[in-house]
Amino acid sequence: MTEFFMGLGLSYEWAWGIATICGILLIAFPLMLGVAMIIYADRKIWAAMALRKGPNVVGPIGLLQSFADGLKVFLQETIIPSAANKGLFLIAPIITFTVALMAWAVIPFNSGAVLADINVGLLYVLAISSLGVYGVVIAGWSSNSKYPFFSAMRASAQMISYEVSIGFILVTVVLWAGTFNLNDIVKAQQGHGLGLVNGFWFNPLLFPMWVMFLISALAETARAPFDLTEAESELVAGYQTEYSSMAFALYWLGEYANVLLMCTLNATLFFGGWLPPLDIPVLYIVPGFVWLLLKILFFFFIFSWVKATVPRYRYDQLMRLGWKVFLPVSLLFVFLVSGYLMATGHFA
Amino acid sequence: MIQVFAFYLFATLCIFSGAVTILARNPVHSVLWLILAFFNAAGLMVLVGAEFIAMLLVIVYVGAVAVLFLFVVMMLDIDFAELRAGFIRNFPLGLALAVVLFVELFVGLVVHGKGGVALGKADGSAPQAAGMSNIEAIGALLYSRYLFLFEAAGIVLLVAMIGAIVLTHRQRTDTRGQNIAKQNARRPDEATINLQPEVGKGVQI
Repeated sequence: MTEFFMGLGLSYEWAWGIATICGILLIAFPLMLGVAMIIYADRKIWAAMALRKGPNVVGPIGLLQSFADGLKVFLQETIIPSAANKGLFLIAPIITFTVALMAWAVIPFNSGAVLADINVGLLYVLAISSLGVYGVVIAGWSSNSKYPFFSAMRASAQMISYEVSIGFILVTVVLWAGTFNLNDIVKAQQGHGLGLVNGFWFNPLLFPMWVMFLISALAETARAPFDLTEAESELVAGYQTEYSSMAFALYWLGEYANVLLMCTLNATLFFGGWLPPLDIPVLYIVPGFVWLLLKILFFFFIFSWVKATVPRYRYDQLMRLGWKVFLPVSLLFVFLVSGYLMATGHFA
Repeated sequence: MIQVFAFYLFATLCIFSGAVTILARNPVHSVLWLILAFFNAAGLMVLVGAEFIAMLLVIVYVGAVAVLFLFVVMMLDIDFAELRAGFIRNFPLGLALAVVLFVELFVGLVVHGKGGVALGKADGSAPQAAGMSNIEAIGALLYSRYLFLFEAAGIVLLVAMIGAIVLTHRQRTDTRGQNIAKQNARRPDEATINLQPEVGKGVQI
């Protein structure tokens, strides 16, 4: 895009700056719209599984429900508790929201259609997702209230625990792809399964890693069955208890943007990202971002499905799963994958 | 132009947040300013082309170490009067530390002014060849020339980890833990009994 603006007679700096801002807007606006629609989809799926109708009043079949909710919270009064640490109380939701948007910079939407095509793309995603915990922890502390504080404690322990196993899972993918660049990881999956299937999931050594990544993604985004940070039967609403109005909405949007990001990572790392599911020339006629979108929606359906059907974990079992099951198993698979790749001369 | 602007932005914010880390009254604020300082340092690393180090700084320090810091500091019961009471007593020690740090920095600057040390030439060979990405260059060095040191560092960390676990681990006999393998191995016929008591007789278990 920089070349296009340079073609209009701008200097490199200005062209680069304008191209970057355009790229950010091109990602952020559809993402916000997508988040609004995905909240609606989440509620509809959830309702269908409980044999209810779900939102069906605002707009045709309730399609405008999220926008109505958005308008509602926008018009509400922002209440700051008098005992709260005001600055941090207001910064916390902004951190959550910003961090949820930042990681999208390195996601490839098509061959070459990526805002920042950096060498350490996957590490960047890991770094940014590890920042997400601050929004929750700061909110919990600055609210100066008991339930949010418990929630913050839980969140910090939970997110760090699952990041460790996610790190090792990503290492197995990186070993196979030989790069940290997300676009190159997608390209490495072309025809990976018997020269026909695009995606690492077809690989017997990486399929268990995908299953673990999906579960860790649920825990990392604090979705059911791992939503202990806002367990309403124990902690009222967790770290969001004292929040109202737009500050609350920012958490809402940030949370769903994070869920979409995790779905996208599932699609990009294990299911071939913008590649079609099968390596058949006819399928390449459909543009890459359509395939990516379909895969994201597929994974989001799994997320909703799990939310609608699985009861919440107990906290000690959550920790046990993270540290005593996922960590050793993912370490074992790092060992197995690197051993297999060395034995077959993959690195030669 | 952009690079210069970015450098001054990151550097100023880094020094400012470092200073506020020390000056902030509230320890939680201190930790948060420290996190901002880490973040800006990572930005500076990206500017000099060490993107791998920058990402590690964010993942390890901001993402894990600082969260644990915050975790501990948040639970402190802060008494500001007590904090101020220790100020006079600790002042000489703090002053001595400040002088040592300043002298070290000054000596470093003077030595740098005299020519400095060329980096990446421990045995006189040329620095890492261009055309390799950061991660590949670091990996190639760590797993070839510095293999022994790397493995030794790994062993030291392992010993430290096991030591920490041994020191803090305690066997508790007064609580009942959950044995998940045992629970999963249980079959219905060993967990339940099926009886048909006569009317008015009751059951003996």
